Amino acid sequence: MTLSALAFYLFSTVSVASAFMVIAARNPVYSVLFLILTFFNSAGLFVLMGAEFLALILVVVYVGAVAVLFLFVVMMLDIDFAELSEGFLQYLPIGATVGLILLLELLLIFGASSMLVDDTALPRATPEGMTNAEALGRVLYTEYVYFFQAAGAVLLVAMIGAIVLTLVKSENPRRQSITEQNARTKEDGVALVDVKPGQGLKS
Amino acid sequence: MYQAIVFFPLLGALIAGLFGRIIGDRPAELITTSLLVLSAMLSCIGFVEVALHGGSETVHVLTWMQSGKLEISWALRIDTLTSVMLVVVTGVSALVHIYSIGYMSHDPSRARFFAYLSLFTFTMLMLVTADNFLQLFFGWEGVGLASYLLIGFWFKKASANDASIKAFVVNRVGDFGLILGMAAIYFSVGSLQFDAVFAAAGALAEGQFDFLGMTVPTLTTICLLLFMGAMGKSAQFILHTWLPDAMEGPTPVSALIHAATMVTAGVFLVARCSPLFELSQTALSVVVVFGAITAFFAATVGLVQNDIKRVIAYSTCSQLGYMFVALGVGAYQVAMFHLFTHAFFKALLFLGAGSVIHAMQDEQDMRKMGGLRQLIPASWFMMLIGTLALTGFPLTAGFFSKDAVIEAAFAAQSGPHMFGFALLVVSALLTSFYSWRLMFLTFHGTARCSNETLSHVHESPPVMLFPLIVLAAGALLAGLAFAGLFIGDGQMAFWSGSIFTAADNHVLHELHNVPGWVKLTPPVMMLTGFFIAYLLYIRRPEWPSRIAAEHDLIYNFLLNKWYFDEIYRFIFVRPMGWLARLLWKGGDGFVIDGFGPDGVASTVQRMTRGIVTLQTGYVYHYAFVMLLGVAGLVSWFMLAGTN
Amino acid sequence: MMIGLTHYLTLAAILFTIGVFGIFLNRKNVIVILMSIELMLLAVNINLVAFSAFLGDLAGQVFALLVLTVAAGEAAIGLAILVVYFRNRGGIAVEDVSQMKG
Repeated sequence: MTLSALAFYLFSTVSVASAFMVIAARNPVYSVLFLILTFFNSAGLFVLMGAEFLALILVVVYVGAVAVLFLFVVMMLDIDFAELSEGFLQYLPIGATVGLILLLELLLIFGASSMLVDDTALPRATPEGMTNAEALGRVLYTEYVYFFQAAGAVLLVAMIGAIVLTLVKSENPRRQSITEQNARTKEDGVALVDVKPGQGLKS
Repeated sequence: MYQAIVFFPLLGALIAGLFGRIIGDRPAELITTSLLVLSAMLSCIGFVEVALHGGSETVHVLTWMQSGKLEISWALRIDTLTSVMLVVVTGVSALVHIYSIGYMSHDPSRARFFAYLSLFTFTMLMLVTADNFLQLFFGWEGVGLASYLLIGFWFKKASANDASIKAFVVNRVGDFGLILGMAAIYFSVGSLQFDAVFAAAGALAEGQFDFLGMTVPTLTTICLLLFMGAMGKSAQFILHTWLPDAMEGPTPVSALIHAATMVTAGVFLVARCSPLFELSQTALSVVVVFGAITAFFAATVGLVQNDIKRVIAYSTCSQLGYMFVALGVGAYQVAMFHLFTHAFFKALLFLGAGSVIHAMQDEQDMRKMGGLRQLIPASWFMMLIGTLALTGFPLTAGFFSKDAVIEAAFAAQSGPHMFGFALLVVSALLTSFYSWRLMFLTFHGTARCSNETLSHVHESPPVMLFPLIVLAAGALLAGLAFAGLFIGDGQMAFWSGSIFTAADNHVLHELHNVPGWVKLTPPVMMLTGFFIAYLLYIRRPEWPSRIAAEHDLIYNFLLNKWYFDEIYRFIFVRPMGWLARLLWKGGDGFVIDGFGPDGVASTVQRMTRGIVTLQTGYVYHYAFVMLLGVAGLVSWFMLAGTN
Repeated sequence: MMIGLTHYLTLAAILFTIGVFGIFLNRKNVIVILMSIELMLLAVNINLVAFSAFLGDLAGQVFALLVLTVAAGEAAIGLAILVVYFRNRGGIAVEDVSQMKG
């Protein structure tokens, strides 16, 4: 077996196993960690397919941002270790059946279509003479610039949305209003009071 | 001018009806009454012009419809027949309007009453001025509607509502015949214009057509169907049941509609269609038979009634029978003359009765009256004149017209005229008896009402007495003045073609030549009736109740109007009620509501309740369903193949 | 043996199925649902890149990049919603999330 084949089987087995553990783990933190493992293995698969840039992006964005975000939330919310509830067992047969059927069908289709596809192992996406990143860059900013900008807009909206959803405005008595402070006049700030000796100041 | 005559009442009706609440009751009644008085005066002018000076015309008002061959327009046909009816209708209507100002002065809905009165007058005028059958039918239905509205004027009374529906429905039965007749005319002649139809009468007499699977002579069938309509409207035997119950309406209504005008519409119809009837001996014989039976039947029932208005109502029914007998023997002019005079004295009797009722605080039962002569002498005198005219006292209007009917019945050559003659003579006796019975019970003898009621008895105000005086004058003098014109030597020039008589119809001539005993019979009958009534109600007042008790079967038979209402209820009303209930509960309720609105609504609710359980709220359920959908789709495409 | 397109596609299919399982089989908490969604998106990405590699068209990788972007955004929003929900309800058991019950 060639090295690439070995690598493929290793990566894919681990990723399937850890994906299963994501949904099967009792401790939600474990679920997140298994998800991270899945991502790493997928990144490896991507490298095997010749999409190094994408693999690295997967690690940086998905693992570094999204999975960490999951971890934050999991730890922030007070989540108990969940028992395998009855509902799981109740739905397992039918769910498993349907899932298996779907899987079989997908495999059948892929098996059938494999006759049509030129089944070579060589990744050929990137043109000769440049890195994957460079090739992507050439295409991304020219042909697909609109989608690129749209993706940026989506991210902007998501950011704003997240803030809007979770922002709690608190009555902070110590908050400063700079404009108020700058707009203060002598009349607002200082008051001359004639005080009789021994009287004290009554406001 | 003729448009003014016809449309002034309509204008009055619209003003009082639509704006009555705004302008108030007093202006409403004054406006309608003045418009009608104007109309009446114009009618008199028209009468002079048309009838006396012979100027008939047709005034085209508006085209109604043009559909293929059928062309109908609103037009006023003014000939002698019309102008006589115009005078009768507008005259009596104007007097009734004036009378009602006094009679209905305590009623809260006066504007509505006057609006209905004027509306009735308008539709009746449309009827008599009609140029074609469809316009006549419009007026026919219109007077039926006005009658319904006026009988049920006090709609909060259940009996009034029942009576008005009964009147309308029984009329409808007659109208059914009229519509069929009109359809037969259009089918045979191709037009509904009077001129065209009458011109084709000769051809119709020969023809035949298929009706209900039988081949029938055209003209006779048409005439019989038209007569069926007349039977309904003029309360002839069989379709008479609505007239006594119509007394539920206010007395002025009874005077106007059920004495002088609406019920005479049937007589008018037959007279107008004299060109058709003259050529069908069968139809004329049928008319005579029904008229005679009606005259006799109504007179017998009127003998024992206790409600003052009902006696007069049956008297009307009986006198209408007289008119139809006259029509049936070919003496149309006599019938119209009797119609003319009858309008006067019957309206007089009704309005006089209204005066009595008004004086007796709305008491209508004669058994509770008596001895009123000294208390309300003016009303007594008016009623006396009316009674004299009705019974045919010499030189009153009734003497000329009623006796002419009897003589014509004798002198006629054809059909069952002797049958008619016999019954009419007996009816004259009965008429005299019950009329004088009414007078004696109401005005003479000892008072049978409480002292308290007696203390309130007062004479009617002048506004109510004035119409009575005018009508009394007519009842006395109309005969003398107009007999010659209507039925005497001047009748040919007078009617000048508005009434058609066949070449061999010499009834009008013959009736002046009847044997002496025939001429004497009516007065003899009148006197006999008077004496019997005098005996039974003045001399020996305890006899009537003893006679009634001894012959209680006959008494009850007459009192219950020959049990006609009971028979009709058994044959028609109860099965209809059963059928209606069946259709209502079973058909409408069960089938339509059950499968329609109610059923659909509850089914929808049940279905939604079932469907709603699909929305569990759990996202994973939804995701599961989506997954099922995807699996299904994929399977479908795999198995079916994508084409 | 040669690792061909079908291998990658099969792998993606398996991952996708596991993700689907995760959505409706889990009764524990809502975070697992979100993670299952990420799994499904990952499977789709693998598909896209595999096709891109074997067809020699970079469009697949560009698309995968965009899917990545959207997935990140969607995860953020989903978690924000979850946080707010937790604030209001105090728990994230899946059975309790049934307020849209018809």
